[in-house]
Amino acid sequence: MGDLNVAVTREGVLRWLAVLAQVFAGNREQLTDLDRAIGDADHGINMERGFSAVQAELAANPPADIRAIFQSVAATLIRSVGGAAGPLYGTFFLRAAAACAGKTALGAADVVALFQAGIGGVQQRGKAEPGDKTMLDALLPALDAMRAAEQGGSDIAGILDRGAAAAEAGMLATIPMQARKGRASYLGERSIGHQDPGATSSCLLLQAAARTWRL
Amino acid sequence: MKKLINDPHDAVRDSLAGLAAAHPAILKVCFDPVYVMRADAPIQGKVAVISGGGSGHEPMHGGFVGRGMLDAACPGQVFTSPTPDQMEAATCAVNGGAGVLHIVKNYTGDIMNFEMAAELCQSRGIEVRSVVVNDDVAVEDSLYTAGRRGVGTTVLAEKICGAAAARGYDLERVAALGRRVVANGRSMGLALSPCTVPAAGKPGFVLGDDEIEMGIGIHGEPGRKRMPLLPARELVAQMAEAILADLPFREGDRVIAMVNGMGGTPLMELYLVYGELDRLLNARHITPTRSLVGNYITSLEMAGCSITLLKTDDELLSLWDDPVLTPALRWGI
Ligand SMILES: Nc1ncnc2c1ncn2[C@@H]1O[C@H](COP(=O)(O)OP(=O)(O)O)[C@@H](O)[C@H]1O
Ligand SMILES: [Mg+2]
Repeated sequence: MGDLNVAVTREGVLRWLAVLAQVFAGNREQLTDLDRAIGDADHGINMERGFSAVQAELAANPPADIRAIFQSVAATLIRSVGGAAGPLYGTFFLRAAAACAGKTALGAADVVALFQAGIGGVQQRGKAEPGDKTMLDALLPALDAMRAAEQGGSDIAGILDRGAAAAEAGMLATIPMQARKGRASYLGERSIGHQDPGATSSCLLLQAAARTWRL
Repeated sequence: MKKLINDPHDAVRDSLAGLAAAHPAILKVCFDPVYVMRADAPIQGKVAVISGGGSGHEPMHGGFVGRGMLDAACPGQVFTSPTPDQMEAATCAVNGGAGVLHIVKNYTGDIMNFEMAAELCQSRGIEVRSVVVNDDVAVEDSLYTAGRRGVGTTVLAEKICGAAAARGYDLERVAALGRRVVANGRSMGLALSPCTVPAAGKPGFVLGDDEIEMGIGIHGEPGRKRMPLLPARELVAQMAEAILADLPFREGDRVIAMVNGMGGTPLMELYLVYGELDRLLNARHITPTRSLVGNYITSLEMAGCSITLLKTDDELLSLWDDPVLTPALRWGI
């Protein structure tokens, strides 16, 4: 027993990233199709390129601890993704890295802190508000749900399950929204009726964590 | 998908290798990270002018690198903004000690990536200013959108800022000039057929046989409306009216008029469009005092065109006329 059973280790973080590479490869078409409807048909391509580059970089230069892993992920995403998603997800992992400084394993509160810092970074970089039809519409409800779950005493799996469920609801809630940020905003009312690609990739990110970090 | 490529993933790199091979006296291409730079950069004491954006708009931006225009260009993946490490490396490589101007098209991705790059460069002690081009009148400019897209005026801004830098204007003046060009330039485009991003393998949108997209973006983003194909005269009138009303351009104005091909429209049609535009402008007593007709800011093989009008004055015109030597624009040398 002890900490090992209630905390995400360096290996757990690496497992999440490996799963993300698979998830974004597997959802490449779906994300690109969503982006074709209200953007420029590249979101799935961008995400797959980024997270497969992350795998290559982690294999070539294995970082020593959790913070270094997230720093490496951030640098790789910023360098390889481009578009809006590159700086946004890059900033997410940059802030997540800072939140994990000095930690060899992440407990429930640390996991919530990681997402809180990362999502705050996305908000600061993109200056989007809730309801603008962006990835934040999946991320912010997920953060609220995870905070509530943590305060209610849930374990990591419980926290992430709540977060993933809220992210999925938030993702679906982008369908009736009119985009006010990013490329989709050029469509005005024509953006209504389509699910936001970035909210979808964010939901996948949380679902992957929920599936991977079951301790 | 039928394209002259080897592998969709290598298309951008392979094309840049060809650009370098074709114009060794003008430019060179660095890989990892990828950027195109003037063969003779850095020029000590001169403000350097840099731009960048997704690939697939050739000759923009790499084809505008050379004497009197850009010092460097950062090409992203097709239709995807370049990344901060590219702009950082390019900025360092061409900085001649007088600062660097970044010319950025107004797309969320481009803005955020250039912003991160500018932060990185400033932290290295290089002065960077940015000019954001947002000239597409097809898109509503409001607090509730990401603002107008940057399109054709980018070409004119790169030429004019490049000329000013060559004349020895300082960084603030070159940046101010860039903003003046943006404030006075307006564009609008239309698509007759879609285009296919190599890595996607299928068209970004679909148009019926007799349909066009009025107000198309350079990444195939929809514009104002789907509508039936009309005679060129009527389509030119719709685009020109939208542009003229927006600034607004007035009787007596002198303009640089660009008719730009989207990549899949023959020059025969582009000149036909220019003829209609010229007639319409003259009827309004607006003088197209300079013209540029051809493929300058394209969308892969999309058929269609865009019109850009820039209201000019003596200074802008004289900078426009200054010598330029790049793969895609050259005169006076
Ligand atoms: N300002 C912003 N803040 C947060 N997310 C944004 C913002 N702008 C765009 N996005 C997200 O980015 C996604 C598009 O990503 P991607 O297709 O990779 O970039 P691009 O739009 O440059 O092609 C959108 O679906 C949206 O969720
Ligand atoms: Mg996109």
